[in-house]
Amino acid sequence: MSKQRQGLLITGDAPVQFTFEGQRFSGLPGDTLASALLANGQWLQSRSFKYHRPRGPLSLSGQDANTLVQLGPEPNVLADRTPLSEGLSASGQNYVGSLAKDGDSRLGFFGRFMPVGFYYRAFYKPRGIWDRWEKVIRKKAGLGVLDTQREAGYHDKQYLFCDIAVVGAGPAGLAAALRAADAGASVLLIEQDPYIGGSLAWHRYDVQGGAAAAMLADLRRVEAHPRIRTLTDATCNAWFADHYLPVIQGTRLYKVRAKQTVLASGALEQHVVFHNNDLPGIVLCSAAERMLALYGITPGNKALVLAGNDQSCRSALTLADAGVQVSAVVDMRASPDDPALLQALSERAIRYIPGHTVYSARGSGSQGRISQAEIRPITAPGEVGNTAETIDCDLLCMSSGYMPAWQLPCQAGAKLSYQDEVAGFRLSGQAAGVHLAGSVNNIFTAEAVVKDGERAAAAALAALGYDVDVPESVSCALRPNYDWPMFAHPKGKEFVDFDEDLQLRDIVNATRMGYRDIQLVKRFSTVGMGPSQGRHSALPTARLVAKATGRTISETGVTTARPPFAPEKVAHNAGRVLHPYRQTPMHHRHLEAGAHMVPVGDWQRPAYYGQPDQARHCIESEAMHVRNAVGLIDVGTLGKIELRGPDAAELLNRLYTASFDNMEIGSTRYAIMTNEHGVVIDDGVACRLGETHFYITATTSGVTRVYRAMTQWNAQWRLDVDILNVTGAFAAVNLAGPLSHKVLAAAGTDVDISAAGFPYLAYREGQVAGISARLMRVGFVGELGYEIHVPARYGEALWDALIKAGRAFGIKPFGVDTQRLLRLEKGHLIVGQDTDGMSHPGELNLNWAVDRKKPFFVGQRSVAIMKREQTQRHLVAFELPAGSETPAEGLLVLEGAEVSGKITSCAYSPTLDKVIGLAWASSAHKKPGSQIVIKSAGGEPLTATVVKLPFYDKALSRQEIQA
Amino acid sequence: MKMLCCPLNGPRNVAEFAFGGEVREMPDPQTCSDREWAEYVFYPPNHAGVIAEWWLHVPSGYWFIAERNRSTDEVIRTYDPSEIYTTRVDFAAQEESKA
Repeated sequence: MSKQRQGLLITGDAPVQFTFEGQRFSGLPGDTLASALLANGQWLQSRSFKYHRPRGPLSLSGQDANTLVQLGPEPNVLADRTPLSEGLSASGQNYVGSLAKDGDSRLGFFGRFMPVGFYYRAFYKPRGIWDRWEKVIRKKAGLGVLDTQREAGYHDKQYLFCDIAVVGAGPAGLAAALRAADAGASVLLIEQDPYIGGSLAWHRYDVQGGAAAAMLADLRRVEAHPRIRTLTDATCNAWFADHYLPVIQGTRLYKVRAKQTVLASGALEQHVVFHNNDLPGIVLCSAAERMLALYGITPGNKALVLAGNDQSCRSALTLADAGVQVSAVVDMRASPDDPALLQALSERAIRYIPGHTVYSARGSGSQGRISQAEIRPITAPGEVGNTAETIDCDLLCMSSGYMPAWQLPCQAGAKLSYQDEVAGFRLSGQAAGVHLAGSVNNIFTAEAVVKDGERAAAAALAALGYDVDVPESVSCALRPNYDWPMFAHPKGKEFVDFDEDLQLRDIVNATRMGYRDIQLVKRFSTVGMGPSQGRHSALPTARLVAKATGRTISETGVTTARPPFAPEKVAHNAGRVLHPYRQTPMHHRHLEAGAHMVPVGDWQRPAYYGQPDQARHCIESEAMHVRNAVGLIDVGTLGKIELRGPDAAELLNRLYTASFDNMEIGSTRYAIMTNEHGVVIDDGVACRLGETHFYITATTSGVTRVYRAMTQWNAQWRLDVDILNVTGAFAAVNLAGPLSHKVLAAAGTDVDISAAGFPYLAYREGQVAGISARLMRVGFVGELGYEIHVPARYGEALWDALIKAGRAFGIKPFGVDTQRLLRLEKGHLIVGQDTDGMSHPGELNLNWAVDRKKPFFVGQRSVAIMKREQTQRHLVAFELPAGSETPAEGLLVLEGAEVSGKITSCAYSPTLDKVIGLAWASSAHKKPGSQIVIKSAGGEPLTATVVKLPFYDKALSRQEIQA
Repeated sequence: MKMLCCPLNGPRNVAEFAFGGEVREMPDPQTCSDREWAEYVFYPPNHAGVIAEWWLHVPSGYWFIAERNRSTDEVIRTYDPSEIYTTRVDFAAQEESKA
């Protein structure tokens, strides 16, 4: 470069060294990778997806896929959004050999043998051919190289709140932000580009020039406004219900909650569809203006402008004023809207050629950059005459109009309708609280855009309760869209979709194959599926499909634009795992004792004490120790609910199947809960502490549901009872085994624990090792045992006291897997493991726990109906002799060739020296002595014998103090 | 993410709430037919349009009722259940069993 570049984003003059394709380049601070390459004359930056065509920047604003590069380990990085940094190393992607000499670029010559849908149709038959070709094709069609060893690095999230979120800091967004903040609202202004002002920063809004700069100077007041927070380089990637906006800035994901949203997201400039319209050096007018204003790059030496509106004519003025030789403005229209433009063009000696289009372009040189354009007169929409003129150029700037950035508005419920009089889509019908402003609202003159921003802000303020006048809707007479900027060429390569290399005929052919719906056209042709998600292909595709299918463009529409608006990395959504587990007060004692911890519901519990490779040994020896001596298990994860009030017993009557009126104070009762379907959803033990005071346990994972059911029902019944979930407030242990009463006595208690003083199923309160405790004589594991509940803060002290007192008796802790074996031996079922979403009490042998005569319980009617019906299945107990395989839980029970059930629990019992289990089987087999057939893991049948429960201690003597 | 206005805690993210089904009247379980009971249990009305629904604010354990339009997802209003459940509900004792 002979002269120092001056641009809005260029922040210094110290050269920044970087390499591209192994070649050393130098840029300036503030450059993007793409702008620095352009400043060095490197237009060829990437290769296209399908035909490997040479590509360079199209929008220079990250809205196309023509600058996808490989940045170190990261593929598919947009060069025009990547800030340049010292030592940066990048390469093109999607080529064989090198970017400049891609061995696969000849694919383009075979293009006519690869019509739209080629892969689907060609490799459909014979069966298996796709499997062979897939690898080869994927290699040709892949983008970039993924480094699977790469670490994503630090990413995080932050919540933000505001009254009004304004998306887009162009003139409409800036005006809206100021209007809202001046009235007192807090405003979050979100801008995708690294600067504010939008097109005011680079576009010429008037023939003379200068109006935009003056207007922007005014609007810059947002930068110092105390109630406006501005995020630049930040992409609002979606609009979710009630103004929940994910905004990505660098490595941070902001989760923004606004009360109102102003979408001033702008409009996307559209290209013209002609032969070779994808050559490097063919850009949108806005891209050339950005090169000049933002980066101080002279975009070419000899430019041609292909205009579809006055905006592009003004771009020609800007180029000429910057010293670029503009050969001609080829205007598809008959004349400009603003006659002053003709004068301004002629003053600069720019030829104005109305009623013409560029029909084809030709590239040359190592980068394939445009060198010639052939222009022809337009004779009818999409058709050209035979008189051709060839003009030399190294830059072609084009604009056929604008497409409102419809993605966020449509996510907010807006619909697109095509208006023939402006040849463009209009958005309407978005959710309440979402206001469109500026060019997304089809407003284009700078003054009207500012007014529209203020109007949108006023509407948002009014919705928030501010006393403001909301102006009438702003109108704009500009008609910037040319209605048919598409010119078919016998040689094709008139690209509608640059991402996917789709030509005019590909879209038309898709409709001829019968894919008439725009969504089907998309799926068949892949139009709009590339990284730019239809930003430039949606409008021409809608026009083409409408014409080919004889419908209006409104009827045809565009495909759904789902979030995210721009690609987002997995790392933005991943990050730290917030999955906390609850721990009981004795947790670290378990760790000290070498427990293997497992998740149970929301909790972490010891499965057993020892190494996982010794699991079976640990469980069996812990179980034998409980049977023969004494063990201690932490059962603090059990759900615990306290009921107080005159209607406490009545609430239990209505929710559980048993009757609680006649329960004596100081007693416990097994309780099962059914839902309205009559299905057993939980079980526990109810203790009566007083006339109006109950304490109920629930399963570890079921207590939330139980508590919710109790409170929801009572919101309707209005019973006089207080319901409290005290699960976390109490720690609990089960001290079990024939020596348990000796340990309890040694630990010290004022409760009479003699056989008569504290019988089976009784409840007592008193001191244990100096701690106030609630004690229950329950027999879940089938031995003499005491469940002891104490306030959570004393849990560790209780544990320590019992372990210390038990040392003389050889006490050992045991885990939940051991408890599962012990309860299975005793024949106790576990709700959720042995039951499923359809199990009613009759199937589970629990009719004894159901009082069918009381006035009401939730599942009563359903239970009664099902009791009348013939049950089809039954939960049965089975056993297999020692030495047979232990079938895994979940294996099927067969009845001939039919499946009649499955195993719910099964284990080898060291106490009984048998394999025992519970299984669903047909009711015909519920009688003890029946044989059921289990399909073993290996597939061969295992015949098991149905037995009566319990497996262990049929005399029910073990739960008493042994002589 | 949707917002729901809890009558007790004000507007909160919908993630803080649990859905509790439609608000509907239970037929008298002692006198209704099996069919009426089965339809009550298995066929909630589930129609498009405004429906009264149970919602629980999970952190505070508070049940309330929301009138929501299921076609537009618009919440019309939320209120405490005592607005419609004004008196204590009781169930009559069963008639002496016929057996």
